[in-house]
Amino acid sequence: MKYIDEFRDGDLAQKIAANIAVEVNQRRSYHLMEFCGGHTHAISRYGIVDLLPDNVRMIHGPGCPVCVLPVGRIEYAIQLAQIPHLILCSYGDMLRIPTANGTSLQKIKAQGADVRIVYSCADAVSIAQRNPERPVVFLAIGFETTTPPTAVAIKQAHALGLTNFSVFCNHVLTPSAISHILQSPEVRQLGLMSLDGFIGPAHVSTVIGSRPYEYFAEEFQKPVVIAGFEPLDVMQAILMLIRQLNEGRAEVENEFTRAVLPEGNIKAQLLVAEVFELRRTFEWRGLGLVPYSALKIKSCYADFDAEQRFQIPMTSIADNKACECGAILRGVKQPQDCKIFGTVCTPENPIGSCMVSSEGACAAYYSYGRFRDAYPATKVS
Amino acid sequence: MHSGKVKRGYTRPLDLKNGHIEMNHGSGGRAMTQLIDQLFLAAFDNDFLRQRNDQACFSCTSGRMVIATDSHVITPLFFPGGNIGSLSVHGTINDVVMSGARPHYLAASFILEEGFPLADLKRIVDAMAQAAQAAGVPIITGDTKVVERGSGDGVFITTTGIGMVPEGIHISGENAKPGDKILLSGTMGDHGIAVMSLRDNLSFHTHIESDSASLHDLVATMIAAVPDIHVLRDPTRGGVATALNEIAHQSAVGMMLYEKKLPVRQQVSAACEFLGLDPLYVANEGKLIALCAPDDADQLLTAMRLHPLGNQAAIIGEVIEDSHCFVQMETRFGGKRVVDWLSGEQLPRIC
Repeated sequence: MKYIDEFRDGDLAQKIAANIAVEVNQRRSYHLMEFCGGHTHAISRYGIVDLLPDNVRMIHGPGCPVCVLPVGRIEYAIQLAQIPHLILCSYGDMLRIPTANGTSLQKIKAQGADVRIVYSCADAVSIAQRNPERPVVFLAIGFETTTPPTAVAIKQAHALGLTNFSVFCNHVLTPSAISHILQSPEVRQLGLMSLDGFIGPAHVSTVIGSRPYEYFAEEFQKPVVIAGFEPLDVMQAILMLIRQLNEGRAEVENEFTRAVLPEGNIKAQLLVAEVFELRRTFEWRGLGLVPYSALKIKSCYADFDAEQRFQIPMTSIADNKACECGAILRGVKQPQDCKIFGTVCTPENPIGSCMVSSEGACAAYYSYGRFRDAYPATKVS
Repeated sequence: MHSGKVKRGYTRPLDLKNGHIEMNHGSGGRAMTQLIDQLFLAAFDNDFLRQRNDQACFSCTSGRMVIATDSHVITPLFFPGGNIGSLSVHGTINDVVMSGARPHYLAASFILEEGFPLADLKRIVDAMAQAAQAAGVPIITGDTKVVERGSGDGVFITTTGIGMVPEGIHISGENAKPGDKILLSGTMGDHGIAVMSLRDNLSFHTHIESDSASLHDLVATMIAAVPDIHVLRDPTRGGVATALNEIAHQSAVGMMLYEKKLPVRQQVSAACEFLGLDPLYVANEGKLIALCAPDDADQLLTAMRLHPLGNQAAIIGEVIEDSHCFVQMETRFGGKRVVDWLSGEQLPRIC
């Protein structure tokens, strides 16, 4: 397929792998975090770990929107969906996330709640148009990539004069999450976690640009290489990070120049600024309360804010005690470090959110990589 | 109309153009008989059905018989390359012939929803009759039930097939042996993507047609070339990945696939790309997977490629020893990964 196959070329991958093998310093290790679930997925799906030397370790970051949503907010969505006549529209992955008492949007859907899977928030707006007598709520999740479309949907609903449409807003911000990880005691004080550099987000960066990352590179002296989601992008970014670390540089570099500009997508940023404002604080699964890390709908669009319209109390609910999603999302633990990984918690019966989304570290590891535990010797190099 | 002008013994025929299924079409009375006579019997016509018994009685030769049954609940009922009728014939014939059998007879059972247009039912029944006739497998008995509006989704069809396994053929999912080659008869995912493209919440346009087809003749050709085929399986729901995982577990072996060798149409891979699907998990209705000894593989591949339903056949991998029964794949990229069972539901109701 044109413009796709070029970025999945096996021969080129072998060449980059050979360069990485030559350039790594055998006396040190390289701990690189891919922030995005899209990168985690590509690494697992294409078996990129097999092409890396042993001293290059990939740490999976928290950039999976389904994974970072705390149980309390899922519980909130479940309560919304149980309001008589209400239609809750959601992206598919959200349906399977279990709450503390084992229920999920999928389960209440089976019991009769009207929960509909949509592929875009525009679909939710048209459902609202077709059902004027019923309240329709769009469960909005995601990082900066999915925020502009939600802004468009709200503006569209406003222009259409829809009084039955609202958004349960859970949009979160990438830079605050990266700062939070870098400032965490595990990284800064306790030395529990080595973190040498970041593969920066692909799609998020098309919206916010490369500038927001300059702060981390400067303040925390960690190199960032923004990379596309294709496997060759990831390989090239790893090589670029290794070069920066070898040369003692900590800069923001852009591997994804075919889509990311330094200033990002100004039009999308303006749309977001028009409809959303910063929340003072927001709870993330795994990271806890992170200041100024999420968006809420501005008061001028309050009619479209499900949290204001339905006034359900928001509660904070602790994760299942056995589940290590929190530590995995912070990069402190690997999926296979979790006692219930692959036994109690599987993609069929997920306990934690990282096992639900295909971008979650546990699901990616379980679906694509678990032969490595069974046969550690199969690892190349 | 003046009653005097109506011929003696006249009954108004079924309105196949504008009529609808009504509850009395399933009540066992005159309306049901009329539906059977004017629609089903007219289309499926054969000696067995003409006897109008509740069962079909046929003689059989000695040997191993095969029976398979399959329910069809696809939505939408009509899709590029077929409809639920042709699919219900192909699906069951394929289940029968994956044992190496020659298919002989089919039984068909219909659950119809009150209000379903008779014109649509006629299209479906005609497609079934055509598919059955093309395969030379008559539908020799059947049943019809009607459920109230809202209790069904237009029409559900269950078909059951019977066949005979030729002497000396022993094909089963538990026969895979380390070293066996894995062959696939053609491109992956055509059916699933053709059906997906019609869903109202996924508006995309494609020229892909379902691959729905009866594989009896391809199988007969393959057996003639290589009688010692170890395993045959049609990768329907869950796609090639799921079928291979089933075989790996039945035979307690592992598998290694080569991503480079997997045949996928460009339109299918493009659709999968933007829907976030993997063609390995998308349904097929006219493809088969065959496992055979490495020495037989080239001969089997040649035979498959000479057949119109196998002209894009490829050797996609091999069976390896593995107590964990993992299906693995060497990626185009040069790494390895697990090709796991399908988890959750990739597409709703596609067969």
